[in-house]
Amino acid sequence: MKTKIKEKKQIKEIKKTYSELDAVGKNLNRIDGWEKITAAAKYTDDLEFGPALLYAAIVESPYAFAKIKKIDTSEAVKLDGVVRVVTGKDFPYKFGLYMKDRYVFARDVVRFVGEQVAAVVAKTPEIALKAASLVKVDYEEMTPVLDPVKALEKNSPLVHKDLKNYPHVPWFFPKPDTNIAHWRKTRKGDWEKGFKEADVVFEDTYYVPRYAHCAIEPHSVIGLYDDSGRLTMWTSSQSPFTQRNVFVGALEPFGIKHKDIRVISTYIGGGFGGKAGVSMEIIGAALAVSCKGRPIKVLWNRAQEFYNTYQRQGVVTKIKMGVKKDGKITALEYTLYWDAGAYVEYGANVVNAAGLSSSGPYRIDNLKIDSMCIYTNLPPGGPYRGFGYSEFLFGLESHIDRIAEKINMDPVKFRKINAIKEGDTLPYGAHMNPTGIQEAIDKVSKEIRWGVKEKSKDKNKEIGKSVVCFWKSPAMPPNASSSAFIKFNEDGSLNILVSGMEIGQGLLTVMAQIASEILKVPISKIRVETPDTDRNPYEWQTVGSHVTWGCGNAVKRAAIDAREKIFDLVQRVYCLDRSDLYLEDESVRCKTNPNFKLKFSDFVINGIQAEDHTFKGGPIMGVGMFMPEFASAIGDPETGQGGHPNVHYTTGAAGVILEIDKETGKMKIKKAVLAVDCGKAINPDLVKGQIVGGMLQGFATVLYEDMRFDQNGRLLNPNFSDYKIPTAKDMPEEVVPIIVETPQPDGPFGARGVGEHTMIPCAPLIANAVYNALGVRIKSMPVTKEKVALSLLKEKKS
Amino acid sequence: MKTHKIKFKLNGETVLAEVKPNEVLIDFLRYKLGVKSPKIGCDRGDCGTCTVIMNGKTVRSCLVLAVEADGSEIITVEGANKNKITQKLQKKLHEKNAFQCGFCAPGMILSATELLTENPKPTKEEIKEAISGNLCRCTGYEPIVQAIEETAKRENGE
Repeated sequence: MKTKIKEKKQIKEIKKTYSELDAVGKNLNRIDGWEKITAAAKYTDDLEFGPALLYAAIVESPYAFAKIKKIDTSEAVKLDGVVRVVTGKDFPYKFGLYMKDRYVFARDVVRFVGEQVAAVVAKTPEIALKAASLVKVDYEEMTPVLDPVKALEKNSPLVHKDLKNYPHVPWFFPKPDTNIAHWRKTRKGDWEKGFKEADVVFEDTYYVPRYAHCAIEPHSVIGLYDDSGRLTMWTSSQSPFTQRNVFVGALEPFGIKHKDIRVISTYIGGGFGGKAGVSMEIIGAALAVSCKGRPIKVLWNRAQEFYNTYQRQGVVTKIKMGVKKDGKITALEYTLYWDAGAYVEYGANVVNAAGLSSSGPYRIDNLKIDSMCIYTNLPPGGPYRGFGYSEFLFGLESHIDRIAEKINMDPVKFRKINAIKEGDTLPYGAHMNPTGIQEAIDKVSKEIRWGVKEKSKDKNKEIGKSVVCFWKSPAMPPNASSSAFIKFNEDGSLNILVSGMEIGQGLLTVMAQIASEILKVPISKIRVETPDTDRNPYEWQTVGSHVTWGCGNAVKRAAIDAREKIFDLVQRVYCLDRSDLYLEDESVRCKTNPNFKLKFSDFVINGIQAEDHTFKGGPIMGVGMFMPEFASAIGDPETGQGGHPNVHYTTGAAGVILEIDKETGKMKIKKAVLAVDCGKAINPDLVKGQIVGGMLQGFATVLYEDMRFDQNGRLLNPNFSDYKIPTAKDMPEEVVPIIVETPQPDGPFGARGVGEHTMIPCAPLIANAVYNALGVRIKSMPVTKEKVALSLLKEKKS
Repeated sequence: MKTHKIKFKLNGETVLAEVKPNEVLIDFLRYKLGVKSPKIGCDRGDCGTCTVIMNGKTVRSCLVLAVEADGSEIITVEGANKNKITQKLQKKLHEKNAFQCGFCAPGMILSATELLTENPKPTKEEIKEAISGNLCRCTGYEPIVQAIEETAKRENGE
């Protein structure tokens, strides 16, 4: 209770400052805008390494599950221009982010089609490719595990027989001698009693396939292990520091330590989670170490981008929900069977995140969630914008519309009754942060004229509407931290050094706005660049929509640190009362002496000249760090109760007006609306950019995207001709972004994250709008026009 | 392999080179000439990041052989940065925070430049059509389409 009062007071204090803001809350133009628009911006493969550069080609497994009997590299090595052929024998060490379950190159067993078995390093890409085709691998095929539910059957083959020996973080619970790599159990209240109390209990199953990130820039990495034993990696990455740490984990046996590895990340051409952690980059590191003294480039092609990076995991979700006639949810049982793929070193944490939060943004007192991370012989699952939340929300929000109908209640009213409030107990026992979800629901409903039935001008078309809610928390280790340096230049301009990555979201601009606000330097005089682990301070990863919050807090503290150093100096030299000093217009001012104005450019590097002609001070620098010191990942393994694994949730609601052709099933989004409570929009224009872009990405997953595998586990559509992503012609007719601002007490200026959330609600929005228009319920994604048309046809016949 | 001598204009400057008959234009531009604005996204003509202007028309440089450049005039963003229509478009793109990761920007800008050069008053549908071969995964296209629309309006004094 005390905390709640404290938080209320903090929110009030934060809101009071809003009227005085100069830079925060303003629609400023991106500081990296011109670089990108003039093509001056460099991406990893744009960097030059000179004629000594070597190229790699990969020998890939043609089988989903097979024993490697023998690898013969003798013919490949003989080819002119080949420098080295590397196989699993050379790297007998496991690596991984949260669980060490894979080798750099497959050893003994291959576990998905396309897995790296060997690599050839050569003087040209052509020679490397030719040599890779000369590597002979003898395999003994085994029956692959392709279905996560069948993988749980007693007689199912085991994808990892050695699971019990894999090191992992303490919040994972693998079940040795099964295909379950992690089982997150969350239990709250008495769900059996809850179901008994319910007036209606309803259960069903929903299916979500795998999806690909489809960043337009494929993964690329260049590694150089120089003759002094220094490893420099240029990577297209969301996580340079985490990559360095994982590289150390895999290469430590070679005597390579943190200080020996330097990761440099330039601009990246889209990430969406796919460039977090370490996927193909480990090959670059291993090959560099194998060819000392020469830079080596590994460049993924589009097909490899599809089948050998992380994929969004598929999931089968079973929901049982009990409700009272008055709309109150009495109990929820939610079981999620995740098709996690061949290696789950990162993907198991997606499963974990969903297992903690599959209640959605609703207060449910009696709850049983089982989120199972199941090994299959499909490509490794991993992080993708939404991190499990898009996947569980499809079933949950579909189910809510259906159960509301069963009790004859308006589904928006149903959501408003059950929506979570500040202070409510979360599934794992901690308490909910401030949320403006009710405001979001109201604004979205109004914008789509909820409750007003609309008719299409075309009699062959029907109009459907829907409103759904969403939430998401950053999924991160409890001690994930951020840090920042700020340094002044002679002219009073600033360099901010952080290792949060600019992945398109506008991080550099937002960090500049935060520093600008404290130090009163315009963002036109602030430079923020992408990280280099040798020069920039630590950041865990740019994932989970947490950097505006985490890295933003670090920058704010660094700016305050610099400001305090300025005040220290001015107080000392001019004998002014510190409490009278303030910053304004790139200068130090004094409340009691209106004539006092000391410009930054007059002292921030060269100091202030005292009356005796000596100089005081020196270069002004600020340092800031941030770690959520209240977080803990350790709860009871059987119930999930007791920890505080999630720092906060960003909540919101979305709505759609959808027009559907009854003959062809073709759907047109007439209007899409999304209201998100981002606490405080540091740059509202960039928040709107996240909403418009994220919604189209989300709509694509429900309308047409879909990874298709054959019966042998081979991906059938690893290209943009067969895996269609939206073009400009697929835009909704109108997207209305709405920003709700209920400040986050521990966020910079009250901000919390927003990047992933905009994609999360899109799938159930479409499924529910289709039902609203036609009375047809589709329970498996994607909800394609074919499925809609066929369902209508089937209904007509019956 | 027999090489071929080619001569063409790249961003206004004459280029003389010897290329292999199977050398692809995008690789030649990027890795031989160091012109890095056209990017590689799919290598099969699907994504449009490798777009360049060849004899006034946009082409996918991943689907053009370097020998085909012989005698032609090629413009990439490095050159288009000096073009007035492109500059006006770039200003609007900047004002609208139209790009996020920026990887598709070079191709997108050249497709829009071609459109605005040939059709100074495009409709919204024509704009969408013109850039529909340039995939963007970040923005949802909305601010890009708006920036092109507003550039055209300003150009026409509306």
